[in-house]
Amino acid sequence: MDAAATAQNGLEGTSRKRGNDLVRRFFRHPTGVLGLAIVAFLVLVSLLAPVLKPYDARRDRDLRARLSPPSAERWFGADELGRDNFTRVLHGGRISLRAGLIAVAFAVVIGTLLGLIAGYVGGWLDTVIVWLVDILLAFPGILLAIAIVATLGPNLTNALIAIAITQVPIYTRIVRSVVMQVRQSEYVQAVRALGSGSIRVVLKHVLPNSLAPLIVQLTLSIGTAILDVAALGFLGLGAQPPAPEWGLMIRDGFSQFLRAPWMSIFPGIAIFLAVVGFNLLGDAIRDILDPRLRNL
Amino acid sequence: MTAYIVRRLLGLVPVLIGVTLLIFFLTRIIPGDPAIAMLGERAAPNLVERLRADLGLDRPLFFNTAEYRETGRFGDLFDSQYFDYMGGMLRGDLGRSILTLVPITQSLLHRFPATLELTLAAMLLAVAIGIPAGMWAALRRGTLADTSVMLVAIAGVSFPVFWLGIILIYVFAVVLGWLPPSGRLSVSTSIQPITGMYVLDGLLAGNFKGALNAARHLVLPALALGTIPLAIVVRMTRSAMLEVLGQDYVRTARAKGLSELKVVRKHSLRNALLPVVTVIGLSFGSLLSGAILTETVFSWPGIGRWVYDGIAARDYPIIQGGVIFVATLFVFVNLLVDLSYTLIDPRIQYA
Repeated sequence: MDAAATAQNGLEGTSRKRGNDLVRRFFRHPTGVLGLAIVAFLVLVSLLAPVLKPYDARRDRDLRARLSPPSAERWFGADELGRDNFTRVLHGGRISLRAGLIAVAFAVVIGTLLGLIAGYVGGWLDTVIVWLVDILLAFPGILLAIAIVATLGPNLTNALIAIAITQVPIYTRIVRSVVMQVRQSEYVQAVRALGSGSIRVVLKHVLPNSLAPLIVQLTLSIGTAILDVAALGFLGLGAQPPAPEWGLMIRDGFSQFLRAPWMSIFPGIAIFLAVVGFNLLGDAIRDILDPRLRNL
Repeated sequence: MTAYIVRRLLGLVPVLIGVTLLIFFLTRIIPGDPAIAMLGERAAPNLVERLRADLGLDRPLFFNTAEYRETGRFGDLFDSQYFDYMGGMLRGDLGRSILTLVPITQSLLHRFPATLELTLAAMLLAVAIGIPAGMWAALRRGTLADTSVMLVAIAGVSFPVFWLGIILIYVFAVVLGWLPPSGRLSVSTSIQPITGMYVLDGLLAGNFKGALNAARHLVLPALALGTIPLAIVVRMTRSAMLEVLGQDYVRTARAKGLSELKVVRKHSLRNALLPVVTVIGLSFGSLLSGAILTETVFSWPGIGRWVYDGIAARDYPIIQGGVIFVATLFVFVNLLVDLSYTLIDPRIQYA
C-alpha cells in the first residue's frame, strides 16, 4: 500500500470516527432524543395511516355520528358531518409533514443557490440579491405568505410556494456569509492559487462549511413551516375542504367549539407535537454541531 | 450618532421601495378582475369597463410608454398606476376601499390603536414574566426548576397561536366564565377615545370601570399572542444571564462579598439585557403577524382582522395598504432596536 492510500484511509477513518462521535453525543442529549422520538413516531404513524385507518375524504360521512364526543369507538370524537376525527388527524399528518418538508426543501435549494451566486459572483448581482433578501425580510412572519396566497389563490400548493418564498432569505444569508468567510480564508486562497476552479472550491470547501448551519436551520424551519401551513389553512388560505389538514380542521372546529371542542383540540395537539418534535431535534443538533450558536 | 442614524434611514429607502413594488405587483396579478368581483360575473361589459376606468385599472402598471411616445414629455412616462400610488402615499393617501369607499389611511389610523394596544399588552406580558423566569432558571442552572422552565419555553414556541386562542376562550370564557371571549368592550360600557387604546383612555379619563372592562377583554388575546415572545424572552434571558454570570467581574463582585441580589441587579442584569432587548424588538414582528391570527380568533377590531376581511373580499387597496403599513412599521422598529443598543451598552459606538 503506498503512502497516499494510507493517508487517504487515515482521513476517512477520522471522519467516520467524528461522525460516530456526533451520533453518540446526540444520543446523550435527552431533549434531542425526545424530539427524534416524537418526529419518528409521527412519521411512522403518517406512513402507516392508510393501513391503520383507511380513509377516503369523499366517503367518510356518518350522519348518525354527528358531533359525537370522544369514546372507545371514536377516540377523538366526530365532526359536524360525522367524520371520525381520529382518522382525519392521522391522515392530516401526511399532509402537514409532507408540506413542511417540501416547502423547506424548496427554500433550501433556492436560498443556497442565491447565496452562492451572491457570495461568489459578487458585484451588481450580489447587490440585487441582498436587496431582494432585505425586502423579503421586511415582512414579519407569515404576512408575506398571506399576501402571496391572497394573490395566487387559496390552495395547498400555493400555500407551499408562499411559505417556501418566505424562508428563502434565511438560507441565502447563511450561505452567502459562509462563502464570504471561506473566500477570504488562507487555505482557499492557496487552493485557488494552485488552480482549483470555482465549482471545485464550492463543492469542496463552501458547501461542507455551510452544512452545519444549514442542517440546524433546516430542522427548525420544518417546525415553522408546519405552523405556517396550519395557520394558512386556518385562515382559509391553505388546504381546502374536504382535505383533513390540521389547520383547516381547527377552522371547522372553531365554528362548533361550544358544542364540540374536541374537533379543534386534537388537531391542535397534533400540530404542537410535530412542531415541538422538530424544534427539540433542531436545538439538539445545534448544540452538537455548532456550540457557538447555542445562545441564539 | 446623527450621521449614523441618517445613513441608516437612507438605507431603508431602497428596501421600502422594494416592499411597495412587490406588494403592488402581487395585488395586480390577483386572479379575477376586481371590477368583475364587485359587479358579479354577469355584469354588462360596458359597466365593467366604466368601473375599471373609475378605479384606474385600465391604466399602465409601471411606465406609460404609449403616452410618452405620443407627447415626448419625460414626465408622462410616470403617468401610471404605480407612480400615482406612490405619489399618493407620500401625501398620506393610500386610496380607498373598493367595497366601502372609506379611505385606507382613515381605516388604518382608526384600527391601529387596537392592534398597538394588543401588541403592547402581549409584549408587556412577555417581558414581565419572561425576564424574571429566565433569570430564575439561570440562577438555578441544571436543577429541576431550570429544566422545567426551559421545557415550558420550548413548548411555548411550538403552539399554533390561533389554536391557543381557541383553547383560552374555551377554558376561561366558556367553561370558567371568568373573562369575555371576544371584542374590546362590553356593549354596556363606553369609553371616550383619546388615544384609541381603551385601557389607557379609561385611565386617562378617570373612567376606571371602563378601563377595567377593556383590560378584561385584553387578557386572553394578549395571552395568546404573547406566548411565543414570552418563550423566546425566557430562553434569551437565561442564556444571556448564564454567560454574564460566568464573567470575571461577576466573580470579583461575589468575592468582594456583595449580596447575591446586588450581584444580579448591578453587575449581571444590565449586561445580560442587550441580547434580550434584541429579541424583544425582533419579537415585535412576530407579534404583528401573529396579530392577524389572534385578531381573527378574538374578533379584535385591529389591522390584522381588517386585512383578513380585505383578503376575503378581494379588496386589494386594503391588502396593499395594510401589508405595506405593517412592513414599514416592522422595518422602523428593527432600526430602533439597533439604535437602542447604544443606550444600553455605551461600549458600542457608531461611526
